[in-house]
Amino acid sequence: MPESMLLVAAAGVVAGALAVGVVVLLRRFAVQSKELGTDAERATYQTLHLASSAAKHLRGDMSTADAARAARHLRAMLGADTLALVMSGGPAAADGDEALLPTAERLAEESVGSARPHVERRLASPSGETDAAAAPILAGGEVVGAVVAFAPRVRAGLVRATGEVADWVAAQVELGELDASRAALAELEVRALRAQISPHFIYNSLNAIASFINTDPAKARDLVLEFADFTRYSFRRAGDFTTVAEELRSIDSYLKLERARFGDRLRVTLQVAPEVLSTVIPFLSMQPLVENAVRHGLEAKEGGGRITITAQDAGAFAEITVEDDGVGIDPERLAEVLAGGPPGEHVGLRNVDARLRQVYGDEHGLVVETNVGAGTLVRMRVPKSQPGRAAASVDVATRGEPDGRLVP
Amino acid sequence: MNPAVGYAAIVAVAAVSVLIGVYGLRISRTTSDFYVASRTVRPWWNASAIGGEYLSAASFLGIAGLILLTGASALWFPIGYTAGYLMLLLFVAAPLRRSGAYTIPDFTEARLESSAVRRVTSVLVVVIGWLYIVPQLQGAALTVRITTGLPSWVGSVAVAVLVAVVVAAGGMRSITFVQAFQFWLKLAALAIPVVALLMVTGAIEPELAPSAAFPADAGPGSLEVYRTISLMVALLLGTLGLPHVLVRFYTNPDGPAARRTTLIVLVLLSAFYLFPTAFGLLGRTFAPDLATPGDADALVLVLPDRLVPGIAGELLTALVIGGAFAAFLSTSSGLVVSVAGVISQDLLGGSVRGFRIAAFASTAVPLAVALATEPAGLAGSVGLVFAFTASTLCPVLLLGIWWRGLTARGAIAGMATGAVLSAAAILGSTFVAAAAPGIRPLVEQPAAWTVPIAVLVTVLVSRADRRRVPRGVDAFLARLHLPEQGGA
Repeated sequence: MPESMLLVAAAGVVAGALAVGVVVLLRRFAVQSKELGTDAERATYQTLHLASSAAKHLRGDMSTADAARAARHLRAMLGADTLALVMSGGPAAADGDEALLPTAERLAEESVGSARPHVERRLASPSGETDAAAAPILAGGEVVGAVVAFAPRVRAGLVRATGEVADWVAAQVELGELDASRAALAELEVRALRAQISPHFIYNSLNAIASFINTDPAKARDLVLEFADFTRYSFRRAGDFTTVAEELRSIDSYLKLERARFGDRLRVTLQVAPEVLSTVIPFLSMQPLVENAVRHGLEAKEGGGRITITAQDAGAFAEITVEDDGVGIDPERLAEVLAGGPPGEHVGLRNVDARLRQVYGDEHGLVVETNVGAGTLVRMRVPKSQPGRAAASVDVATRGEPDGRLVP
Repeated sequence: MNPAVGYAAIVAVAAVSVLIGVYGLRISRTTSDFYVASRTVRPWWNASAIGGEYLSAASFLGIAGLILLTGASALWFPIGYTAGYLMLLLFVAAPLRRSGAYTIPDFTEARLESSAVRRVTSVLVVVIGWLYIVPQLQGAALTVRITTGLPSWVGSVAVAVLVAVVVAAGGMRSITFVQAFQFWLKLAALAIPVVALLMVTGAIEPELAPSAAFPADAGPGSLEVYRTISLMVALLLGTLGLPHVLVRFYTNPDGPAARRTTLIVLVLLSAFYLFPTAFGLLGRTFAPDLATPGDADALVLVLPDRLVPGIAGELLTALVIGGAFAAFLSTSSGLVVSVAGVISQDLLGGSVRGFRIAAFASTAVPLAVALATEPAGLAGSVGLVFAFTASTLCPVLLLGIWWRGLTARGAIAGMATGAVLSAAAILGSTFVAAAAPGIRPLVEQPAAWTVPIAVLVTVLVSRADRRRVPRGVDAFLARLHLPEQGGA
């Protein structure tokens, strides 16, 4: 009887899940009742809890909804009837009696203007008369807004508490600005790390092209076009991401130029799974690996060597490797370079490593297997699923020509 | 039937699949082929691969068996299996491709900005994957039992072990080409025998007169309206949420290519389903004695040997067995890759080792279920998986793509409602049918009421929760629906 088997299995699963749920609930209950503590302790917990609940709405770009949520927690913290949070030139919200918001905005303005706490008594409100205490929020030496608390009778305690809350809000706003500037810094860092075309490469390529101009003008022309393709891709400004396919195309141009110099000494093998071609990767994250293999692996080796580029499908990831059978790297020196030591050779590897870590987290840095005389294998693993990151395509303007070249 | 033929065909297909998976198409290219290497998969290849992955035991064996058992009403299954791609084409393929999310959990997380939704979706994807692997393993058990005389469990265990080892070893790297190859193998493995049978049967007197095999009162005129509609809802909408099918669309370079691929898939599937249907019709007229619930699914395997005498019959049988194993292997490996991907990403931190462990876990569970339960008709059980998928993932996917008001809570509530209702209906169908025969169709084919309820719950909860509409919804939907920058 398949149905009865299925039914028994389903009943088992449900019973198991219920049992686990009950145990978890009981445990939580036992832990909580043990740790409730004295009244004072509980008051402290509650205040801290309210503060941390409010904090997440105060950081970053504050919207009116954020201000309203923060105001709700702050009102509970102060025990005021109504609490308004007014940011100058930004959102304003009142929790409690929202009809008091215009009054609060006026009080906040006065408080912001004088940069001092401000108390006013016997204000008219829909529910009778009320007192109000306003305190300015001073963040980074500037007044950015005010906290206004309303209560039937404002005593010195509430005034002081309002001042303290305003200071605390100021600290959160400053932290939010710090977060924002940290994020901006990280972004700038990534941009700065974006690999640059090395001057050596330009110099070498132009020399190689020059050597063909008289002997083989057609080849020289092809090389110039490759050079144009390569520079257009590398100098493009739009977008920090690209696809494996586009990156491979740029590597192709790069290798054609290098081959003009190396001739048969540079051999290349390619193994690319078509599934990963549309994977989104950071802009110029494969080409520097190939350039590193050519410049530091094969250039110094007599008789040249072979570069093997693979891109494979590995579950939820795309795995990309660049291997050369060149002179290899001293592992200790490489570790120093990757750890941020004095930049010398292999700075391309370091840039790619830093950007991968920045974008995907530390577990996605480059993995390098190498030793002196044993060649080098560089591996990167990139998640295939990257919603929210679109690969910027080659500039739209050049789309008119087939493959983007200018027709003579 | 000669067991040697069975052994030879099974071993050959298994060996070829493993070899292609591990070594195959790792042709190294020299740099002159750079352009070829950096060209994406053509829609034709990709469509063949989707077909290869999609055509499972239910399509290869189940449809013919069901036609043998129930006659013309079983024809709705191939129609539904194929037409599901029309829904995919119309509503999902291109937007999902543009979203950049690689799996359904990734999509829901990105769309609703909530990790709770992600967890719920992940659980559902894993459960659906498991449920879908079970009929594949049962089909393997049936094939091995009929063709070699070995006990049933040998077939399930062999396919499960093979798939787990190959996937865990990372051997499915050139998977697009393996799957494309499997599609054409499956097509040939049914088309050639059908043509041969049609040529032979011209000279044989049918055991049942066609008018008795297909009585007019069992034809399209006497449709059970509710059952048919419910089945179509399940098959049309269930295709949208199948995890292993969606992943294939990311091999397309852009949205238009995804759409073109879907169109070709429709053509390929329509062509393919001619043949199992023909098998079923032939079986009903020439081998009516096979029409017992346990063995009907083996019709495709048995019929060539019966009708074609001598060595030709054995060769045709070998071909069909090979095709059947290709179906089990390709569908289950595609599913195991998807399920293991989700498990390793959400539970095991996405490491290579985690993926291997997950690959074994995601074959072990369905294997245990397949061994513990009796197969109850392949096409029918796959139909129920489709009903479950249609009631859980489909509303979230469709509303996520087309309705900006969807919220995380709405999505979770809808998925939970759909899962509970459809699972309860499927599991409880025997009891309910015995207790209240009147509502039997309602619980045996639940999709027609579970899907609307799930959609309704999703919409109502989202409406009540309007303040939590994700902030980035406009930007995200714009990305889903606007053509790619500079694209065709």
